[in-house]
Amino acid sequence: MRNISNIIGLILLFIIAFAVVLSVIWIPFGVPKETVGDYYINEGIDETGAANIVTSVVLNYRGYDTLGEVTILLIAAVGLGAILATIKRKTKKKVVPSSAVLSTGCKFLFPFIMLFGSYIFLHGHLTPGGGFQGGAIIASGYLLVYLGCEKKKINRNRFKIAESLAGLTFVIIGLLGLVFGGYFLLNFLPKGIPNTLLSAGIIPIIYIAIGFKVGSELTGVIDNLIEES
Amino acid sequence: MNFLSDYIYYIGSFGLILIALFIIITRHNLIKKIIGLSILATGVNLLLITVGFIKEGTAPIFSNPNLDPQSMVDPVPQALVLTAIVISVAVLAMALSLAIRLYQHYKTLDMRKIKEQKW
Repeated sequence: MRNISNIIGLILLFIIAFAVVLSVIWIPFGVPKETVGDYYINEGIDETGAANIVTSVVLNYRGYDTLGEVTILLIAAVGLGAILATIKRKTKKKVVPSSAVLSTGCKFLFPFIMLFGSYIFLHGHLTPGGGFQGGAIIASGYLLVYLGCEKKKINRNRFKIAESLAGLTFVIIGLLGLVFGGYFLLNFLPKGIPNTLLSAGIIPIIYIAIGFKVGSELTGVIDNLIEES
Repeated sequence: MNFLSDYIYYIGSFGLILIALFIIITRHNLIKKIIGLSILATGVNLLLITVGFIKEGTAPIFSNPNLDPQSMVDPVPQALVLTAIVISVAVLAMALSLAIRLYQHYKTLDMRKIKEQKW
C-alpha cells in the first residue's frame, strides 16, 4: 500500500517536473529584464525619498497590498486564538523551574533583542529590514522569555491594545492621504534628504506601526500556542 | 556544467517545491504534511527571488550615491516575498493549531486512521 502511493507520487512529480523544465528553459536566468522594477529603481528615490527601494515598493507603490497582508496576519492570529481557546485542559502541566544561569541569561538578553528589533524597524527605509522583520525579532525575544523564564507571562490585554492602535495608525495615515491629496496612502509629509533617518515622509511612521503590530501579533500566537495547548 | 551554473537557482527552487509536493502526497502524518507545506513556501519564495536576480547585481538600496541603478536586482519580487514570508508564517501557525485540535479529538495524527474524513 505504501509502495503504491509512493510510486504514484513519483510519477506525478515527474510529470510536473517535465512541464516545469519545458516552461522554465525559455526564461533566461540572471540577465537584466525590462520590467516595472526598472521604473521603481530609477524614479523611486525621487518620488518617495526612501533609500531602500524594496521599502518604497512595499509601503508606497503597493501600500494597499501591505494593508491587506497585515489584515491576513490579524485574521490568522484571531483564528488561532479561536481554535485553541475552546480547549479545556484537564491536567496541569508540570513545570520544571529553569536554572539561575538560564533565567538570568534570558533576562539579560531580552532588552538587547528588543533594541535590535526596534532598530530594524526604525531603519526600514535605509537598510535591509523593516516592520515585518523587526516585529519577528521582537516576537523571538518574547519566545526566549517564554522558554527561559517560566514565571514571566505577558499581559494579553496590553498586547491587544498595542496591536489595535498600530493597525488604526496605519489606516488613519492612509485616510489622511485621502484627505490631503485625494488618494489612499498618499505620501503627504515632506520627503526630506534621502539616506537620513527623518526622510521618506510617512514610510517610517507606517513601518513603526507595522513593527508594533507584527510583534504583538506574533507574540500573541506564541502565547496561545504555549499556554493553551 | 554550463547548464548547471546557468540554472542552479531554478534547479534548487524547483527541487524544493517537488520535494515538498512528494512529502504532501505520500506521507500520512499530519505534522509531516505541515512540514511539507513549509518547505513548499520556502521553494516558492526562492523561485520568486530568483526571477528578479541579475548576475553581479547589488541589493536595490541606495546606501551609497555612486551605486549604478542598472546593476540593481528587481525590487518587485523581493517586496512580494516579504509579503509571502509573513503569510506563510500565519498559515503555518494556523495549520499547527488545527493539528493540535485534531490530535486532541482523535488521539492520532495519522490521516488514514481518521475515519470521519470525507475524502
